[in-house]
Amino acid sequence: MNVPTLAVEGLRTHFFARHGVLKAVDDVSFEVHAGQVLGLVGESGSGKSITGFSVMGLIDPPGRITGGRICFKGQDLVGATEAQWRQLRGNRIAMVFQDPMMTLNPVLRIDTQMIEAVRAHANVSHATARDRAREALVQVGIPSPDERLAAYPHQFSGGMRQRVAIAIAILNKPDLIIADEPTTALDVTIQGQILFEMQKLCRQTGTALIWITHDLSIIAGLADAICVMYAGRIVEQGATDAVLDAPLHPYTQGLLGSVPSANRRGEPLRQIRGMTPAPIKLPPGCAFRERCDYASEQCVARPAMTSFGPARSVRCHHPIGAQ
Amino acid sequence: MTAKPIIELRGVSKHFTKRLSLTARIGNLLGGRSMPQTVRAVDDVSLAITKGEVVGLVGESGCGKSTLGRIAVGLHAPTAGDRHWQGKSVLSLSPSERRAVQLAGQMIFQDAYASLNPRLRVADIIGEAPLAHGLITAAAEGEYVGAMMQRVGLDPSLAHRYPHQFSGGQRARIGIARALAVRPEFLVCDEAVAALDVSIQAQVINLFLALRGDLGLTYLFISHDLGVVRHIADRVVIMYLGRVVEAAPTEAFFASPNHPYAKALIAEVPRLDVRRKNFVAVTGEIPSPLAPPRGCHFHPRCPHVMPKCRIEAPSLRVIAPDRFSACHLNDQT
Repeated sequence: MNVPTLAVEGLRTHFFARHGVLKAVDDVSFEVHAGQVLGLVGESGSGKSITGFSVMGLIDPPGRITGGRICFKGQDLVGATEAQWRQLRGNRIAMVFQDPMMTLNPVLRIDTQMIEAVRAHANVSHATARDRAREALVQVGIPSPDERLAAYPHQFSGGMRQRVAIAIAILNKPDLIIADEPTTALDVTIQGQILFEMQKLCRQTGTALIWITHDLSIIAGLADAICVMYAGRIVEQGATDAVLDAPLHPYTQGLLGSVPSANRRGEPLRQIRGMTPAPIKLPPGCAFRERCDYASEQCVARPAMTSFGPARSVRCHHPIGAQ
Repeated sequence: MTAKPIIELRGVSKHFTKRLSLTARIGNLLGGRSMPQTVRAVDDVSLAITKGEVVGLVGESGCGKSTLGRIAVGLHAPTAGDRHWQGKSVLSLSPSERRAVQLAGQMIFQDAYASLNPRLRVADIIGEAPLAHGLITAAAEGEYVGAMMQRVGLDPSLAHRYPHQFSGGQRARIGIARALAVRPEFLVCDEAVAALDVSIQAQVINLFLALRGDLGLTYLFISHDLGVVRHIADRVVIMYLGRVVEAAPTEAFFASPNHPYAKALIAEVPRLDVRRKNFVAVTGEIPSPLAPPRGCHFHPRCPHVMPKCRIEAPSLRVIAPDRFSACHLNDQT
């Protein structure tokens, strides 16, 4: 098999707070290949965004990557110098955030920001950089790109701003894009447009995409493979169809059950009882065991990632359907 | 619909006008032509909800669904049109009757945290209104608050805590308990579950369903999430830029949406059972409500647009029993 675009192995990102160590990402491993879409699913506080930030080298103190490897095209990025990161970020690896206003500078015109991003990584003339910026805007479906280049971020609607953020991400034709809930704040029809553009992009350019979301139904339509995260760990991973049709982990099963369309109309939704545990004082062993219907004494010991066929694994002592 | 509606909005509109700035007014005195800008947030909408019914109000941002919800509970006075409570116009009621109507309709807001006073303890947040309206005595307040908290699935021993000490799902429950404390008959839930995680969202939706059964509540459930609305609503009303474009019983609506906008909405909703689909984009943006397009508001994005759509706004007409749609395409058959 060829070298994956990104291979994360045993990644641990911990935050050293005053009250203790917060294990935001705890032993996470996954791979993404060129042209593939990986869905990283989890609820708030599951560590999905921190995983994305870790891959981008955006962890600030008190946070620290305390273990594992982040191999980007075979090169380990853990411990890379800031200069090496600058070579990669925005160039080979790009990120799209939930709130495009976080990406865009409100006091600079779009063209200024885009040309800066091109010339930071390529030794090209101002005019060439502008052409590339224009081309990127066309690619994400922004009408009248020439006028839009001269506009300020506040003159765009939410959906348009997110397109600009995506256009900036694809400017340097990266090998990997990390998208952190980019459509959560958008309306359904606008979300459809953004998904359409991203999907087209991956298919055409072979860019690998990590799509971070809490919404399983978006992942169902977009991703090739899924990682489900809970309390900083991946609890289940595998191909989209396998995970959604035959979930092995009780948490995945619970999540799928709570989606309204999976239930009979008007019937009470199948719910997961209890709440996500506070990340600073996770129970020992399986973090899900207090909410789990299958839990036993065995679950006090931390379950290891068990393989179920190629590229399919689960972290559970009692995987569903395996007894 | 034979049952008498508990609440009825007749042809209500709500316009927000931005007053001219001082410079614009001086400019006008000197012969300028600045006009005050008006947003027609809700434009001639009629809606009747019968007792015990759950109506899902769906639309995208800026379509006026929240404004309509606020009119329904009396938080906004409509610019035009009339609100009827159990068959009587609210304007014709005596002050004491009007207050009773005001209490009977309560609202649950999207952002539970922003709608709770951060400096009040949960006991006061829930207990304040029933005490002020004389529904309970001061001596009975503690017990009453405890009962309310239990009803929404909160531990009554947490009553002395402040809102920031609760999680998102618990805050949503506090908001619900506060609304229930004045014994309403009608609840408007404005995106009440939108900000919650999937597993917590399911818990809160189940709470709404249980309360409906226990207390015989009537709901206007405002949401942009068709999946949620499909699950709990009896009837769906779709709004686009201030107007109702389609209204139908839930099952009939999802089986065969009529309006092109409704069709597009249903097609765009991501679903678990649709895998690696080819996303097809609805073209265009949602127009600004400050300058809505002439004629049918949806025509710049509509795949079936005809010359007539650009000139004349279609009216909401019966297309089948209990089904209404506002589209010129229905005229041809």
